[in-house]
Amino acid sequence: MGLLSKKDAALITDPLLDNNPITIQVLGICSALAITAELKASIVMAVSVMFVLGLGNVVISLMRNIIPSKIRIIVQLIVVATLVIIVDLVLKAFAYELSKTLSVFVGLIITNCIIMGRFEAFALGNGPWRSFLDGIGNAVGYGIILIAVGFFRELLGSGTLLGFKVLGDPIEKTGLYAIGYENNGFMLLSPMALIVVGIIIWIQRSKNKSLIEEA
Amino acid sequence: MEHIELFFKSIFIDNMVFATFLGMCSYLAVSKKVSTAVGLGAAVIFVLAVTVPLNWLLDQYILKEGALVWLGEEYASYDLSFLSFIMFIATIATMVQLVEIIVEKFSPSLYNSLGIFLPLIAVNCAILGGSLFMQSREIPSLGLALTYGTGSGIGWFLAILAIAAIREKIRYSSVPPALRGLGITFIITGLMAIGFMSFGGMLTGGDEKKEEKPTAEAKLIEQETEKEAKEIVANNTNINQ
Repeated sequence: MGLLSKKDAALITDPLLDNNPITIQVLGICSALAITAELKASIVMAVSVMFVLGLGNVVISLMRNIIPSKIRIIVQLIVVATLVIIVDLVLKAFAYELSKTLSVFVGLIITNCIIMGRFEAFALGNGPWRSFLDGIGNAVGYGIILIAVGFFRELLGSGTLLGFKVLGDPIEKTGLYAIGYENNGFMLLSPMALIVVGIIIWIQRSKNKSLIEEA
Repeated sequence: MEHIELFFKSIFIDNMVFATFLGMCSYLAVSKKVSTAVGLGAAVIFVLAVTVPLNWLLDQYILKEGALVWLGEEYASYDLSFLSFIMFIATIATMVQLVEIIVEKFSPSLYNSLGIFLPLIAVNCAILGGSLFMQSREIPSLGLALTYGTGSGIGWFLAILAIAAIREKIRYSSVPPALRGLGITFIITGLMAIGFMSFGGMLTGGDEKKEEKPTAEAKLIEQETEKEAKEIVANNTNINQ
């Protein structure tokens, strides 16, 4: 790692597992759950958040000495809102169908707590390069969970991944369906997202006992 | 009648927490005790009831395509809807600050119980979500926007109250250690969401209104019928050959 010092590398790797924004810091749940019925939507959401969080962190970090602390929330919201409008317009221009599926949830990146949380906790007190790494690290940690949830929900719910029929065709009874496998349509409904995330948290905490909360 | 229908629909069927997962962050963070949950819930109802109608006015008279026509004919073709995110969030942030100042001035006791939650609310997705859904569902009048805002707020309040009460009790049961705290809360919320889905037929009564908002299930059925149709067509062409 010639490019990154050890301390900088930790900024990227920490949020991936042991300090994951979703499962440990409990930030940014809203959007994580609503759009994960399909893998494609999850990936687009993860990339959008990476863009907004990476750039937003840099902008806030550059302005950190001139923002009056009393109105910093409004300043932060305006910065995020501007970035999100860019994402929204890009999506509408190049992936119109997908932007319909994501509907209001693109707009809700603005109030995604991960973003405000990182601005407050990191970008306001650190230089632009480190803030950028921190933003990317957290966005990737967020993306991993999103993609994992999207993967299981799409695979078990509709038997496809990114729209490809990986388990065979449910109507022509090929692949797994030939031996009596059925899609679990329930996985596509919203409550299952919560339960899948709950299970991910369960697995993660069983592996790493230090994360267990005192009840 | 329209108002009552929208009111109950926004509380039970399109419940902010259980149907669209809005405001989950504060929902999970502030639901450890019933008393704090009530404070935050009340603040959410209040702010939603104020900001949704306000943003409706903004949307109707400034942002929508052709909304600027009241300025003069030449403005009729302007479409500022791409600005709605920034306008909505600015309105919400300002309103929250304003409400905070007003409440502090006129009712210190209410301020003491709500005060600490108000800044949290500016970044609560439920608030912005309320306004964005109001926009995307094309709520037709100011009165309905007010009803929608209040109803959604009450729905959110109910949800956080319920989970806080459950979390207070669950302390006495033996949850597997790795699931304690966050994990079990997620799973309970999921189960509650399944419960709330049973309100789905409450107002529609199975008539054609159900088609208004295709659920994931409906989409699935749609896909399958589509596939079947294709299959039939394929079979027919085979026979023809």
